[in-house]
Amino acid sequence: MIEIRNIAKSYGGKEVLRNISLTLPENRISAFIGSNGAGKSTLLSIISRLLPQSGGEVRIDGKPVGDWDSRELAKRLAVLRQSNFMDIRLTVGELVAFGRFPYSQGRLNEEDGRMVEKALSYLDITDIRDRFLDELSGGQRQMAFIAMVIAQDTRYVLLDEPLNNLDIRHSVHMMKVLRKLVDEMGKTVILVIHDINFVSCYADHIVALRDGELVGAGGRGDIITPRVLENIYGLDIDIREIDGNRICVYYA
Amino acid sequence: MTSRATLPMAIVLAALSLLSLAVGNAGFILGGVSALESGPAGLLLISRVPRLVAVVVAGGGMCVAGMITQTIARNRFVSPSTVGTVAWCKLGILTGTLAFARAPIMPRMALAFAFSLAGTFFFMRTLSRAPVRNIVTVPLIGMILGAVVESANTYLATRYDLVQNMESWLQGSFALVVRGRYELLYIGVPAAGVMYLYADKFTIAGMGGDFARGLGLNHGQIMAIGLSLTALMTSIVTITVGGLPFVDLAIPNLAAVFRGDNLRSNLLDTALLGADFVLFCDLVSRLVMRPYEVPVGVTASLLGGSVFLWLLVRRNRLAGA
Repeated sequence: MIEIRNIAKSYGGKEVLRNISLTLPENRISAFIGSNGAGKSTLLSIISRLLPQSGGEVRIDGKPVGDWDSRELAKRLAVLRQSNFMDIRLTVGELVAFGRFPYSQGRLNEEDGRMVEKALSYLDITDIRDRFLDELSGGQRQMAFIAMVIAQDTRYVLLDEPLNNLDIRHSVHMMKVLRKLVDEMGKTVILVIHDINFVSCYADHIVALRDGELVGAGGRGDIITPRVLENIYGLDIDIREIDGNRICVYYA
Repeated sequence: MTSRATLPMAIVLAALSLLSLAVGNAGFILGGVSALESGPAGLLLISRVPRLVAVVVAGGGMCVAGMITQTIARNRFVSPSTVGTVAWCKLGILTGTLAFARAPIMPRMALAFAFSLAGTFFFMRTLSRAPVRNIVTVPLIGMILGAVVESANTYLATRYDLVQNMESWLQGSFALVVRGRYELLYIGVPAAGVMYLYADKFTIAGMGGDFARGLGLNHGQIMAIGLSLTALMTSIVTITVGGLPFVDLAIPNLAAVFRGDNLRSNLLDTALLGADFVLFCDLVSRLVMRPYEVPVGVTASLLGGSVFLWLLVRRNRLAGA
């Protein structure tokens, strides 16, 4: 379980997160939503120990993040930040194998090999395993990075804008994979995501932020409402029910 | 770890090595080696073999150091010679010569290493404060820092009448390598071994701090280890044979084109390619105007620079296509 208590963060006197407290449910997809600069990515980075907080505490399975041994935590929690534009020439297979690093420290055993195969086939990229990352399309590359995170085989998977640069086909594929991770492998997935309709259709738990403060958290019935969305985005958003999903209409 | 290119490169290395042993003013036939110290065997043991070992270790070592620098700095245009490590090392050697000229090589080596290390960290520190960090500014900052240090070197050398001494030392030449003057280079072999042990960690560090921390690594620590090892390799090579311009820049780039950026799989090929290249440069240096020698630094600049230019043009053409 991930518990967030009174988290605050400021950069050079500017407060970007204020007094955030919430608990993220196990075995669910949680999505952080909010406009640009609301503090979503900062919160995700603090939870995954990539950024130190200015105040408050994050507990992962009862233990404060700072008390975790870094390598042990890497077996419990995987994180992928946005913009993996790095021009490093690795093959897809090599990248995914790095997901096993917390376990093997580079010397892959049979179990590691199996996990790598599983991750590749889960994302349907076994056929491009020997291609170099810089020869792939943005979508394929993103899939390769997600496969690496899956190979890391952690209880918690934190992703910062995993749909960035993906076309709609890849976006849908990505969300279905994340759904499967939760439903079939029992993972807990935590996302920062901009596309409100993907959130509405796929997330179990939604955390809404505005200007560094928590506006609300709950299921889609609680958050995907004209009132809450107006509060977050300052936009008048019409919500239609289509085939049991709440779809936000805000394009015109 | 090995690739299709590994064996051919090893064969080339063996062939060039034999050639290197046979080339020289006092010609001799390999079959005629006798036990006499004053005869061909003496020549072989005192001069030719040390020279060969020096070339192979220096060439391989500098290219491995260059490859690691490029990977952890996430920039293909940096290398110990472009980020100023070599310039700092020369300053260290010069300081050592001025302060205690009669001291044995080890303390002077330690001083050169300390200067290289400090200079490399100073570069990384400067870099982390630079407002703009892109593919061009990173090596540019390194070259500016290096040039400032080089000018200090020139000043010191002029002031204390060491210009000739410094030029002959640091031009990059294997001509002075004889038994008793090159053994320091052997430290490069275990240093390269340690680099290989850390290969995966360096590759991960090269994918960025967040990425490394996400996999449970202490990014700062890995960077420090990587920079220290490359500074060590640079100072060992610079103090024994001098600077080999462009080699540590061009050869890792060439190796990365066909072997990728995964250090665990590319380091061996990089070392072999580097040894092949420098050995070739050394042979050219010895043959082009025999019985005299051109400093290998000159040959290496010309050939290494050409390789680097060719890679740049090729890259632009690929990008344009």
